Amino acid sequence: MLYIKCPFCGMRSQNEFAYGGDASVKRPELNKDVSDKEWDDFVYNRKSLRGKHIELWHHVSGCRQWFKAQRDTATHEIFKTAMMNEEI
Amino acid sequence: MSQDFRIKEKGYINRNKIINFKFNGKNYTGYEGDTLASALLANGIHLVGRSFKYHRPRGFFAAGVDEPNAKLQVQLNGHSEPNVNATEIELVEGISATSQNCWPSVEFDVGAINNLLQKFFPAGFYYKTFMWPKSFWYKIYEPFIRKAAGLGIASTKKDTERYEHKFEYCDLLVTGSGPAGLASAYAAAKSGAKVILAEDKHRFGGSLLMDDVSIDNLSGKDWADKIISELREMPNVIVKNRSQVFGYYDHNMLVMFERTGDHLEKKSEFTPRQRLWYIRCKEVILSTGSIERPIVFGNNDTPGVMLSSGAKEYMKVYGVLVGRKPIIFTNNDSAYETAIEFKNNGVDPLILDTRKEQSSDLINDAKNKGIKIKFNHAVIKADGYKKVKSAIIGELSEDKTTYKNTSSVECDCICVSGFWTPSVHLASQSGNKLKFDKEIDAFVPDKSKQEEITVGAANGNFTLHDTLNAGFNAGSKVSKKLNNKDVDIQIPNVTEKKHKTHDKFWCAPLPKNIKAKRFVDFQNDVSVTDIEIALREGYRSIEHVKRYTTLGMATDQGRTSNLNGLQLVSNIENKIVPEVGHTTFRPPFTPVTIGTIVGREVGKHFMPTRLTPMHNWHIKNNAVFVDAGAWKRPRYYKIGNETMLEAATREAKNVRDKVGICDVTTLGKIDVKGPDAAEFLNRVYTNAWMKLPVGKARYGVMLREDGMVMDDGTTTRISEHHYHMTTTTAQAANVLSHLEYYLQIVWPELNVNVVSTTEQWAGAALAGPKSRDVLAKLFPNINVSNESLPFMGYIEGDLFGVPARIFRISFSGELAYEINVQSDYGLYMWEKMMEIGKEFGIQPYGTEALSTLRIEMGHVAGPELDGRTIPYDVSLDGMVSKKKDFIGKRSLSKIAFNEANRQKIVGLVPVDRKTSIPEGSHLVVDKNAKLPNPKLGHVSSSCWSVENNNPFSLAIIKDGKNMIGKKLFAVSPLKNKSIEVEVISSHYVDHEGKRVRS
Ligand SMILES: [Zn+2]
Repeated sequence: MLYIKCPFCGMRSQNEFAYGGDASVKRPELNKDVSDKEWDDFVYNRKSLRGKHIELWHHVSGCRQWFKAQRDTATHEIFKTAMMNEEI
Repeated sequence: MSQDFRIKEKGYINRNKIINFKFNGKNYTGYEGDTLASALLANGIHLVGRSFKYHRPRGFFAAGVDEPNAKLQVQLNGHSEPNVNATEIELVEGISATSQNCWPSVEFDVGAINNLLQKFFPAGFYYKTFMWPKSFWYKIYEPFIRKAAGLGIASTKKDTERYEHKFEYCDLLVTGSGPAGLASAYAAAKSGAKVILAEDKHRFGGSLLMDDVSIDNLSGKDWADKIISELREMPNVIVKNRSQVFGYYDHNMLVMFERTGDHLEKKSEFTPRQRLWYIRCKEVILSTGSIERPIVFGNNDTPGVMLSSGAKEYMKVYGVLVGRKPIIFTNNDSAYETAIEFKNNGVDPLILDTRKEQSSDLINDAKNKGIKIKFNHAVIKADGYKKVKSAIIGELSEDKTTYKNTSSVECDCICVSGFWTPSVHLASQSGNKLKFDKEIDAFVPDKSKQEEITVGAANGNFTLHDTLNAGFNAGSKVSKKLNNKDVDIQIPNVTEKKHKTHDKFWCAPLPKNIKAKRFVDFQNDVSVTDIEIALREGYRSIEHVKRYTTLGMATDQGRTSNLNGLQLVSNIENKIVPEVGHTTFRPPFTPVTIGTIVGREVGKHFMPTRLTPMHNWHIKNNAVFVDAGAWKRPRYYKIGNETMLEAATREAKNVRDKVGICDVTTLGKIDVKGPDAAEFLNRVYTNAWMKLPVGKARYGVMLREDGMVMDDGTTTRISEHHYHMTTTTAQAANVLSHLEYYLQIVWPELNVNVVSTTEQWAGAALAGPKSRDVLAKLFPNINVSNESLPFMGYIEGDLFGVPARIFRISFSGELAYEINVQSDYGLYMWEKMMEIGKEFGIQPYGTEALSTLRIEMGHVAGPELDGRTIPYDVSLDGMVSKKKDFIGKRSLSKIAFNEANRQKIVGLVPVDRKTSIPEGSHLVVDKNAKLPNPKLGHVSSSCWSVENNNPFSLAIIKDGKNMIGKKLFAVSPLKNKSIEVEVISSHYVDHEGKRVRS
């Protein structure tokens, strides 16, 4: 079980969190013309990287904040976590 | 027989307390402090079971977790547990054990015929023999294997024991209380670190209990006792015996299994039998010690053959002789200690040492004591069926592949030692890649992967001096890292005997004229020949060899077999062991009971139960409940002998005719607040929200970004910047996370907050043509006329002193209201409504009636909104704004979603107007078509229409728009039904939706 540092609550066990996928995905702006490719990349296409990955976690059984974590997908090492408005 | 093999005055057992127990129906006695194994051996019992494949007689092979044979069925306090390791279970009064895998008895076992048929059971025999013909599998092979492989019997009774889970945090966890563990725990604890020291066995000290050493002029055991009592005095230390750390997971989370009650003769109601500890620690010191490695020889599985360390432990700790005519068969010095211990107890052993004649402290000691030693000798084969009677021994040739001469020697036990294997399981589980240490011919931990250090024998350190040093150093290093404190500890003086190098001899060659099986893995009956066959048949990867032969795959995880298997493969392949590699170590290190893993999460504690404030009223009124997630909801209220269908029909009809009341507390409720709330809702829902006035509700549909409907519900504008959103019961949690995602990540600029208020409000739906009459009496001060409180209107009122929210919304399709009050007043509200509604014929209705009402109205719910439907599929086209953008809108323009023959919701009635259509039925044109019969769609919801008094279903079918009026078949292979159905509109009742507005 991973040990994750919620930027708001501190170190908590993984079972308090929900995983939210790749944090680098940006939703296309509202009311903008979006090509099929661009939209599919947003909705479906993910890289499934091996190694360092910046991803979203949601402290569901805690403060209910979404935040970013930099994790190695192969070793589970978590290097850093940050609030959504912080750089990671 | 009464403990004939017990040595006077030896061991750490309590001779003042005699314990009675049973084995295979016979009564025996042992002492407090015995294990089941030591007590049986004290009574001269070696034969404890039959082997897995060949049903060969098997005896005790070890004294601890390394035991591969002695797995017993144990009965205690009316419970029966299979596969209990006799070397690990402590003797308690009344315990009864039986051998497994034998029929009719361990002495005479019919299955032993397999032993004579052994050429039919070679490596891979499951794969080869039982693959053909296929039709034989279920009727012949599978029952045969099951019966033959009967490793104990799982109880079918409810486990009434109590099991617990515990979460603990510490600076340092030390696994194992041998010299390395004690030293490191002590050093770290002295600096003030929070330490947990875990010992698997009942007694602390590990090898110190057995080895002939002294530390600061104390015996090993006395020193261990001294350290333990000091540690116990420290408030920052938790010392645990009977506790096995069996799993090492990510981020230094270790899991430990504590036997809290198994050793107690009587325990209180609340004493758990076993406890699972989740330990999150900053640092781990692995001091798991080592396990003796056997040497493989002919019939090495005969009862009476055991590890030399086991024999020593039985003598030293339990005061039990495992034989009176022992052969000690060794490739190293450590077995000499066993021989000397035998001699000290008046028994004359014969040592066979595979090494050339040499001298060392121990060898000289043995010689001086007059122990007979034959160097350059090996045991070729043990003789005796149920117990060793003699051994064929041989003098080894120069290259050790043949013998110069052989002879037979009488004996009653063979104690074997092939040097030591570090217990690296936990280190490996942590992610540590192991490295092969040529000095000791075994794997040891390499670079730490997590915050872990391995010390002592587990790290290949086999002298006490080095082990203690490494332990104290590791403890100090950790405390320095944790507290930045130096601890000043005097490393004690150690007296121990120096050992000579071991011999690389692990498998006695078998001369052509001697026939015998040589076992590598006892628990899974894997022999040298099996491994040879696997290699001959082309298996190369050690992982494949393992699976093909099942080497090391039994519950003992190959503790005594892995390295010998690797050595054998490397010899045959002419490779060195590290090139062969090793298989993966996985948790649990030792078997863990299911009860412990489950803990207290049994019965009604399996998952949380959510009850509405009206729950007790429902019980009193004969509600039959259904699980809706964690909620209990009334499914129907049973009157007399009604069936569910009868009750649901009565309840639904009462809503259509008069008035009904339904507990809707379980609906998800979310407060959406802030100046940008309308804008946010406008983006979340498919329809327009910018112009909803205060005091009005609106139905909304929300999508996922892929265009699929996520949820639906009504949202009401309570005040300028305050909206009350409702979700379905099932999606409440997901919707909240979804909203938070968009507010926190995608549109943080919106000034909106969301919070769940599901628990804060109790809700009751009041539905039916008479509902307004009831409402008027409930709120005499409010004008509830159609003009004043129209459909989708909202008003706040006073319900006999309780503030209430009144929503005019409808799920049933009738004139209806939903009333919310603070949860604490839910029952009060409900009882008032029942009381006032009485004169209007009010009746409660459950989820069955609720479904009936919505299905015949064609209102979609969970079965239609199953994550595979877009709004157009379920007739929600009118809900989709063309003007504004919203979550998932872009996906709706996908080509597939706009094809002319796109799936669509329809209604179905059986052509005979009688036969109910099972939910989940497939819709096909021709029920007799060749398989695979092309499927047009499926039946999502079914009910008995109370309005039309015949079955009615909703279905989602391809080209639904053009199917109206056609006849199809609803086929349910599960229920073996095929029903001719007519496709009609999904709105079966009140097409124009007049009633809700009446
Ligand atoms: Zn948090």
